[in-house]
Amino acid sequence: MQGERTIRVLIAKPGLDGHDRGAKVIARALRDAGMEVIYTGLRQTPEQIVEAAIQEDVDVIGLSILSGAHNVLFPRIMELLRERGIDDILVIGGGVIPHEDIPFLKECGIAEIFTPGTPISQIIDFIKNNVKK
Amino acid sequence: MFDKESLERLEQEKARWENSTVKKVIEKTPERYERFHTGSNLEVNRLYTPLDVQEMDYMKDLGFPGEYPFTRGIQPTMYRGRLWTMRQYAGFGTAEESNKRYKYLLSQGQTGLSVAFDLPTQIGYDSDHPLAQGEVGKVGVAIDSLKDMETLFDGIPLDKVSTSMTINAPAAILLAMYIAVAEKQGVSSDKLSGTIQNDILKEYVARGTYIFPPEPSMRLITDIFEFCSKHVPKWNTISISGYHIREAGATAVQEVAFTLANGIAYVEAAIKAGLDVDEFAPRLSFFFNAHNDLFEEVAKFRAARRLWAKIMKERFKAKDPKSMMLRFHTQTAGSTLTAQQPDNNIVRVTIQALAAVLGGTQSLHTNSRDEALALPTEESVRIALRTQQIIAYESGVTETVDPLAGSYYVEHLTNLIEQKAMEYIKKIDELGGAPKAIEKGYIQQEIQDSAYRYQQEIESGRRIVVGVNKFQIEEEPPKNLLKVDPEVEKIQKEKLSKLKATRDNLAVKNALEELSKKAMSNENLMPTIITCVKTYATLGEICDALRRVFGEYKATVSF
Repeated sequence: MQGERTIRVLIAKPGLDGHDRGAKVIARALRDAGMEVIYTGLRQTPEQIVEAAIQEDVDVIGLSILSGAHNVLFPRIMELLRERGIDDILVIGGGVIPHEDIPFLKECGIAEIFTPGTPISQIIDFIKNNVKK
Repeated sequence: MFDKESLERLEQEKARWENSTVKKVIEKTPERYERFHTGSNLEVNRLYTPLDVQEMDYMKDLGFPGEYPFTRGIQPTMYRGRLWTMRQYAGFGTAEESNKRYKYLLSQGQTGLSVAFDLPTQIGYDSDHPLAQGEVGKVGVAIDSLKDMETLFDGIPLDKVSTSMTINAPAAILLAMYIAVAEKQGVSSDKLSGTIQNDILKEYVARGTYIFPPEPSMRLITDIFEFCSKHVPKWNTISISGYHIREAGATAVQEVAFTLANGIAYVEAAIKAGLDVDEFAPRLSFFFNAHNDLFEEVAKFRAARRLWAKIMKERFKAKDPKSMMLRFHTQTAGSTLTAQQPDNNIVRVTIQALAAVLGGTQSLHTNSRDEALALPTEESVRIALRTQQIIAYESGVTETVDPLAGSYYVEHLTNLIEQKAMEYIKKIDELGGAPKAIEKGYIQQEIQDSAYRYQQEIESGRRIVVGVNKFQIEEEPPKNLLKVDPEVEKIQKEKLSKLKATRDNLAVKNALEELSKKAMSNENLMPTIITCVKTYATLGEICDALRRVFGEYKATVSF
């Protein structure tokens, strides 16, 4: 559609785990759905992720983590975004994340957590309906 | 195996059957799909007969168990002699907590240990490193120094258990610590049995816990081969792993092909380092995945065994039959576990474990039902272990060797997987071998393409995952998940600062300097690493001494 901005997404792997099958599959599916996607690669610090999001002027950050460090790293990323005065990036997360941790992560500003088995179409719809820019 | 005349007759009869009996039924009740496939997308026919295996030569292709080409198993009597080792991968939190879990597992009839390390340990960072924040003790036990290792094996006699350690980039250091702990128990290194994963090539393509670039990493690996052949002769010096390659999305064929291609690279590196093939090859071991498609998985294990035997004999001119035996550990497929209706995972794991046993595995880890959600609870781990025990003691599949041999379908699949894996290996050879193919991103791309296809099949509903895209229910979020105490990080940091205040810091400094110096030479690094760990130099410090000389690996990113 003319005039409609292409949604730009940063798929990021905070933490030290090397499980990026999900991150890569989602990156590709979002690209196939017409979005512009950048993937950070493994072992990104919260600082590196926020810096990349700003440099790449993205609308969405998708965080993927399977190491169990989400309760430490996700809030840190949100804190850094706030420090940089950024409130118009939609931040979503996925991975092995227990249900009981989800309310806390949402309180920190993560818009949604997608747990294993989520259809990708649902993630695409969520992004399209909630992107802030 | 079949004479020409009876094959001709069979062919005619089969055509007749298809044109009359089958045709009539299909007109009334069409088959569910136009084409059928294995879990890895190999085409599956309606029926297999001797026609599909007519080229097979029993002695050449199957032979007898315990003899070349080992298709039917590496031991003559297989599970009639001794069952596989039931080995649950475990470890979390502090060394104290993990030690408790190991003693529990041993008391429940487990026959070997398998140590899971946390990610900072796997990547060579101490618990107080900034990158370790939030990760300490999460996916495994945190080991910062020999002190932690002493606690981890406290009260466990290392001459009586075999221990597998999932450690790769810093494998030499953890092995050195294990040797040092044993020494303190009065157990000499020649009595130790166990395995270090030590397979760096698959870290670059699938698992991600690399530290150093390929070349010095391969040197560490061949140093271990050489050292162990002299001092730790019962140790499996490497576990060449297809498991993570499969978890990353590879097909069964790709799992076999990329694993064996990595195996070829290690053998070549060791030979280039001046080792004799029969000196180190008998200690090579493998690690495969057991996925959902029962027959395809059984065929995969058989094909891998036959192909490796041929490679060792024909390509590397090994003489010792032990060099040709593909011994392997199996773990059920973590990626098939669903967060939805988690109890269903018990059933998936049963089928996968059965495949591993029918495929002739030497040891087995069965996943727990709750692992798509968190680390498993003690109760879930017990069910997973009981699953193995039920297969072992109740199912009857252990009473004869390689019971699926001779199935037209399984033999056909065995041949097909071997042939397709061989095609990949040829292609990888043309690219200059596995390390080059990894550098070019070829293997990663092949795996990613398969992973994407798999996901698309789930999205389209062509691949059904019970409870996920069919037979869903509304369910309460599961309770009673295992939580790792966030205090672990604090405890580890305190232990570290106490250690650094009480050890002989001059001895540490000297040992680390010596290590950096040796790293620049061609000398075997194992003795110096053992000296370092004995001074209570930390894992992070030892890795840093090596980082200074070797540098760090930077991955190229694609998707």
